[in-house]
Parts: sequence; C-alpha cells; structure tokens
Amino acid sequence: MELFQYPYMQRALIGALVIGLAAPALGIYLVQRRLALIGDGVGHVALTGVGAGLLLNRSPVLVAVIAATIGAIAIEIVRARGRTSGDLALALLFYGGIAGGVLLVGLSDATSANLNAYLFGSLTTISPADLTTIALLGAAILVTMIALRPALFAVSHDEEYARVSGLPVRTLNLLIAVATAVTVTIAMRAVGVLLISALMVVPVATAQQVTRGFRSTMAAAMALGFFAAGSGVWVAATADTAPGASVVLVAIASFLVVAVAGAVWRVVRRRTTPTAAPTPEPHEVVLS
Amino acid sequence: MTSPVITVEHGVVGYDGRPVLRDISLTVTAGEVVAILGANGSGKSTLIRAVLGLVPISAGSVTLFDRPLRRFRQWARIGYVPQRLGAGGGVPATVREVVASGRLARRGVLRPPGRADRSAVDAALGAVGLADRAGDPVSTLSGGQQQRTLIARALAGQPELLVLDEPTAGVDAASQEAFAGALRDFVGDGGTVLLVAHELGPLRPVISRAVVVHEGRIAHDGAVPDPAGHHAEPDHDHVHPHCYDEPAGLWSN
Repeated sequence: MELFQYPYMQRALIGALVIGLAAPALGIYLVQRRLALIGDGVGHVALTGVGAGLLLNRSPVLVAVIAATIGAIAIEIVRARGRTSGDLALALLFYGGIAGGVLLVGLSDATSANLNAYLFGSLTTISPADLTTIALLGAAILVTMIALRPALFAVSHDEEYARVSGLPVRTLNLLIAVATAVTVTIAMRAVGVLLISALMVVPVATAQQVTRGFRSTMAAAMALGFFAAGSGVWVAATADTAPGASVVLVAIASFLVVAVAGAVWRVVRRRTTPTAAPTPEPHEVVLS
Repeated sequence: MTSPVITVEHGVVGYDGRPVLRDISLTVTAGEVVAILGANGSGKSTLIRAVLGLVPISAGSVTLFDRPLRRFRQWARIGYVPQRLGAGGGVPATVREVVASGRLARRGVLRPPGRADRSAVDAALGAVGLADRAGDPVSTLSGGQQQRTLIARALAGQPELLVLDEPTAGVDAASQEAFAGALRDFVGDGGTVLLVAHELGPLRPVISRAVVVHEGRIAHDGAVPDPAGHHAEPDHDHVHPHCYDEPAGLWSN
C-alpha cells in the first residue's frame, strides 16, 4: 500500500478512476446503438495523431484528440448514410489509422517504448498536467452524458422516432462521436488504444445482465468501471503488472463473476419457487 | 375544425430510382380518423414516412399544420408510432423510460423532466393499460404490449395528430382492444389520426375515412370499403393466432 504514497502512483490512481467512471457513461450509448467496437476504431485513428504529434514535436495527446475527432466524425457520417459499404469504409479507417501511427512514430525520434506507452497505456508516466487534462475532459464527458441522458437515450434507442420528435439528431450523433474521440484519447494514457473499448463496453455488458432499466444500467456500469479501474491499479501496484491490462482483466473478471452468479441464481430460483404455470394469452381463434 | 392538418400534393417518392408513390394527393383535416389501406408493398407505409419527412419526396409537396414540411418545427403536435421498435444493442430499458422519450418533443433536449412530464407519462401508461408494467424491461413484454408501449410513448407527448404505422399487425386481441379504446379516447378529445393498416379489426368503428393505395396511387378515398373474399365471411375473426411459446417480444432473441 505504501506505493500509493508516491505522487506518480496517486496520479495514476486518480486518472484511472476518472476514466473508469467516464468511459462506461459514454459506452452505454455506443452499446445501445450497436457500435460497441467504435472506440477501438477511433483508437486506431488516434494513434496516427500520436505519431504526428511525436514527429512534429507537439503534444501527442493534443494531436491525437484532433485526429480521433476527425476519425469519429468520419465514422459517424459513414454510419448515418447507412450503406453496406460502411463496413469496408470503417476497415479502411481503422487499419489506415494504425498503419499511419506506426509509420509516423517510426519516422520520429521516439523509441518503441514510446509507441508501447500509447498502444498499451502508461499510467505511471502521467504528469500533473496530463492529470488535469484527464480530470477536466473526463468531468465534461460525465456531465454531458448524464445531463443529456433522455435525449441521448432516445436517439440511441430509436433514431427515427427521435427525428420525428424534432430532436437535433445529427447534432446529438456528432456529440456522441466527439465524446468518443475525447474519451479514447484520455483513456489512451491509462489503458492504451488497443484496450480502450474494453473500459467503454465491458462494464455495460456486466451491468445489463442484472439491471432492468437504462438508468440503472448506466449507474451500475459506472460503478463497475470505477471499481475495475481502482482495483486494477491496486493489483498492478502490488503485483507489479501492467496497469492497463490489469484494469481490463478486472473488468472482464467482474463480467464472468456476474454471468456465472446470474446463471446459478436463475437455476436456484427455478428449483426453489414452484414454477407458476405460464399464463397463455387468451385464445384468439376457435379451432373447432 | 376543418383546417387541414396534413396536405400532400402530387407527392412522388422513389427508392433508388424505382418509384414507390406516383402522384399522391391527400388531405387530412382536424378531427378525422383516416386509415390508409393497401396490400403489402403498395406504398402505404412509404406514404406516412414521406408525410413525416423520414423519406424524401422527389416531387410534389407535403404540408403539416399549414407549414411546408421543410420549415415545420412544431413536432410536439405530432405523435408517431412506428411499426415496431428496432432491435437495439441489448441495453435494457423500462417501459416507463421508453414512454418518457415521448416528452422530449415538448420539453426539448436540455430541460430535465418535471412534474408535468411525469404525470403525462403516467396518463399515457394508463391509457394503454400498462401502468402495472411501468418498471419492467420492455424486452419482457409480449409483442402487443410492446406496441402499446410505443403508442403510450406517442400519447405522452400530448399530440394533436397521431400517425401510426400498422399499429395492429401481429398484435394479440387484448392489445387490439386496449389500443382501440385508447384511440377512441384520443379522437374523443379532438385528436386527428392517420394510420396505416393491413386489416382494421376492432378499429373499424373508429375510422371515419379510408384511403386505399394501390401500386403507388390512390385507388379509393372515402367510406371504409367492405371486406372482400374470406375476410368478408361473418365468422372471420381476422386475428392471427399466436403460439404460446413464441419469443416474449421483439427484442428477445
């Protein structure tokens, strides 16, 4: 525990906790609109931004935010068109993004350790300035996702209905795209571009096994993300493992625990409570 | 009470160059209950989607409440009931949460829900007989109850015009009756209704006018036509039997 006396470990913990809360708050909308892997794609594009930043000697995170935002908006435009070629367009964007990133990082003076820090996260190298950025952007994402929940829920749940309700559907969709880009970029420091989607999606997948409503799913997913981030960093500190991977593995372990517990509970309940005869709907036709 | 609510003039709609509606003209005035009838693929659903701006018209004009569709902004005056709710990503949502979406047209994006919103949602849930299911996930409801949820969502916005796409298709008899009752109340309060139907069933007494669409044109506009063929047989109950163990609803796998 004494590791957490060091400021760099405190920063790692706080950064991870902020991301653990914010990522599922956004992720629930992505899961609802069947875009669970979009964070992965945006992460690939962000890597090109990192490469460009390193090459131009600008802040890699800042350039990554810009690249990821452009990528996320491009993906949203492809999605809104709703053409089957969207699949291929996304693939081009994903692989173009990661190839561009690797190429640009290679051209710069950066070492492969630098590339690894962005691919798999490097929580312990977070500077005080980084932490401020993560905290501010994370708080902005959280507030937006919670305050606009009714509208974002409506758009994610039934986009045509939202349009007939006069909601600014295109603006809300772009908002989700930009929020995805921002979340990916701040989470990049914690878990790395290759593991970002896990923090957005896995807590939601865990929560929705036991919840009944959207609001309760969102609250439970945020709690799970917070828990996974906190205990992941603690595991990493005590067992000297990679923090990003530890956070993600804790999240996946929670999913498995809830899935198994849920299955056991259903079996037990079926055994103990006498099964009430299923009430059929009333007969609608008389078959002589 | 004779102001036009919907006016379509020489409307043409095509998908990928294939015309679906050719030269449709239709006026719905306040207080009417108009049923659009037609065979599958006749373009009847496309007609209401064009009225709502969900599919673009390539020629002609659509006017809603005396405003061209392009400049129409008072969406709170319209309640739309789609044929079914598409399969989302599997995140659960309660009946109340879905119905509460119906308040957004009135409330806007930024304002949090207030007392008026809650009582309108309660009233809408009561009108379709789902008050006791408000806290249940929609995915555990039967197809008919899910359809009633969508109707409650439209009613929650307290619209003047209801637009419904096949509200009774594949819906159990109890839900059809609940729906017909909710529609009667809505019309009794001065509401206007445009609905697409394959069959009218218990709705028949509520309908004031029928429009038959055939091959993209209006083939009949006036009194509700008498059923033909086996539909006309006196004992024909035109509701389709459901299997007991069919999936609970549209969202279940």
